[in-house]
Amino acid sequence: MAIQKQSFEKHSQIDYSQIAQSPSFQQLMRIKKNFILSATLFFLVFYFALPVLTSYSKALNSPAIGPISWAWLFAFAQFIMTWALCILYSKRAAKFDEIVEQIRQEAKEGGSA
Amino acid sequence: MHGLAFFLFLIIVALTLVITYFASKRTRTTSEFYTADSSLTGWQNGLAIAGDYMSAASFLGIAGMIALAGFDGFFYSIGFLVAYLVVLYIVAEPLRNLGKYTMADMIAARFDDKKVRGVAALNTIAISIFYMIAQLVGAGGLIKLLLGLDYVYSVLIVGILMTIYVVFGGMTATSWVQIVKALLLMIGTFIISIIVFAKFDFNLFKMFNEVKTATPLGEAFLNPGNKFKDPLDTISLNLALILGTAGLPHILIRFFTVKDAPTARKSVVYATWVIGIFYVLTIFLGFGAAAFVGYDKIVAANPAGNMAAPLLAQALGGDFLFAFVSAVAFATILAVVAGLVLSAASAFAHDFYSHILRRGQATEKEQMVAARWASVGVSILSILLALFAQKMNVAFLVSLAFAVAASANLPIIVLTIFWRRFNTTGAITGMLVGLFSALLLVFFGPNVWSPEPGAAILVGEPLFKLANPGIISIPLGFIASIVGTLLSSQKADSKKFEEILVKANTGVSIK
Repeated sequence: MAIQKQSFEKHSQIDYSQIAQSPSFQQLMRIKKNFILSATLFFLVFYFALPVLTSYSKALNSPAIGPISWAWLFAFAQFIMTWALCILYSKRAAKFDEIVEQIRQEAKEGGSA
Repeated sequence: MHGLAFFLFLIIVALTLVITYFASKRTRTTSEFYTADSSLTGWQNGLAIAGDYMSAASFLGIAGMIALAGFDGFFYSIGFLVAYLVVLYIVAEPLRNLGKYTMADMIAARFDDKKVRGVAALNTIAISIFYMIAQLVGAGGLIKLLLGLDYVYSVLIVGILMTIYVVFGGMTATSWVQIVKALLLMIGTFIISIIVFAKFDFNLFKMFNEVKTATPLGEAFLNPGNKFKDPLDTISLNLALILGTAGLPHILIRFFTVKDAPTARKSVVYATWVIGIFYVLTIFLGFGAAAFVGYDKIVAANPAGNMAAPLLAQALGGDFLFAFVSAVAFATILAVVAGLVLSAASAFAHDFYSHILRRGQATEKEQMVAARWASVGVSILSILLALFAQKMNVAFLVSLAFAVAASANLPIIVLTIFWRRFNTTGAITGMLVGLFSALLLVFFGPNVWSPEPGAAILVGEPLFKLANPGIISIPLGFIASIVGTLLSSQKADSKKFEEILVKANTGVSIK
């Protein structure tokens, strides 16, 4: 990996605009944007739902399971959500890394040609 | 009792000094000093992030807050954790790809302008110093309670130790102190939680049922609203918690200690697991303290509840567990302040001295000397301020640090990576407006002004009603960046943006 990077940097003239407009890079940005935007929107809404609900209503104070109220369940759900989105991101990122590798290869070939 | 605690303190001090000794042998270049030569693995950096992040405020403060206020204390646990999604999704990988030693490097990668770098460094230093004074004042009070040492000596001991780690061992020593601390903290918390859970027959329902009668709050203990009564203030606090972490300089510099973006990502994932498990366990610490120590005893030892966890350890496991938890709290403070010294010192030495003053012409040796002297300077300044602030209630400084980080740093990081049109003027106005709006709103707010003498620093009616400025200052930071950009006549350099876009997302050509 490190060796690869070094040999790549020898091509001192990297045309970033060309890479930015290449189909692989466009694809990377598209799938990254889709995932990050939707997941971020989701966790922000999910996260702020808790303080908003607890501040403006008492709806979460009723018992859910035994003595544990909905507020606590919602609070625990925040932990589950965080871990789940972490795992999900790691899985998606493996795909991002593949495309990044492809972009590197293409740039290398383009540079030496 | 103090003898045993003292002994464990000495062991921790000895252990960290041994780490520093070995680290000092490999701290010869600026890259080794600032980033441990980017040689940490994902696991190591994940633990170090956790060790850097879980401060005494979260370990002792949250346990105490849950013990005294029930559900509301848990809001901090949730916010501190969910914040890592922002770090993971938005900040960690681009930062590793664009930056070298400091956050300012990343912004300067796009805007090669001394003013931008200077203002970014100013923010870093402001946030680090606020955070550090809060930690040092807390440390002084805590060690006084635990060991009976005088406040002045406590602050001096912690201050001298942190200076030694950073000056001699740089990032390598700092990282390993944080890793050791994270492990100790997890072990301690885990043991106490298991004992607490065993006392409730490993039955969650039984635990929840019994704490209903354990505190003066009665059934209200389990419901939200005991501590946070103003809805806007609650939401404002949560905003600063979740958006502030991704702008905290001492967390950001941790991403330069790994070799590439995938490792940076892995370290956030590991950190999120460790931090998440820890914050779940804060329930056991809080509930356990409420049930087995009792409200009156917790408040008698410290009105803010900071002694809840050590007292719980004593109630459950006697002197040894008390001494162990006290030693862990001590290690926690050392690890966090070392990270803070390093982040402020790198902003001084790398950004101000090497780049602005010497225009990048300083030799390797001169840079190392500057970095070490900057660490000494930052340490002395914080120690003096902490000694001066002894009698002040400085808890608000932590929320101020989060608010400034969220209002001044995060908008700039996000817009630098994502907005094609963004320019130098926008970056500078955004950072300055974010910084000063957070500062002013806190200065005119209820943390500084209270009609009741003694409740805040000054007596009088606060002009701004919210204790947490985030809900105003964070949008202001974003708006100022955008308006500043649109009003200035500078044209955005589209080619430069494409270069940054490619670099941030692929890591092509990091130097």
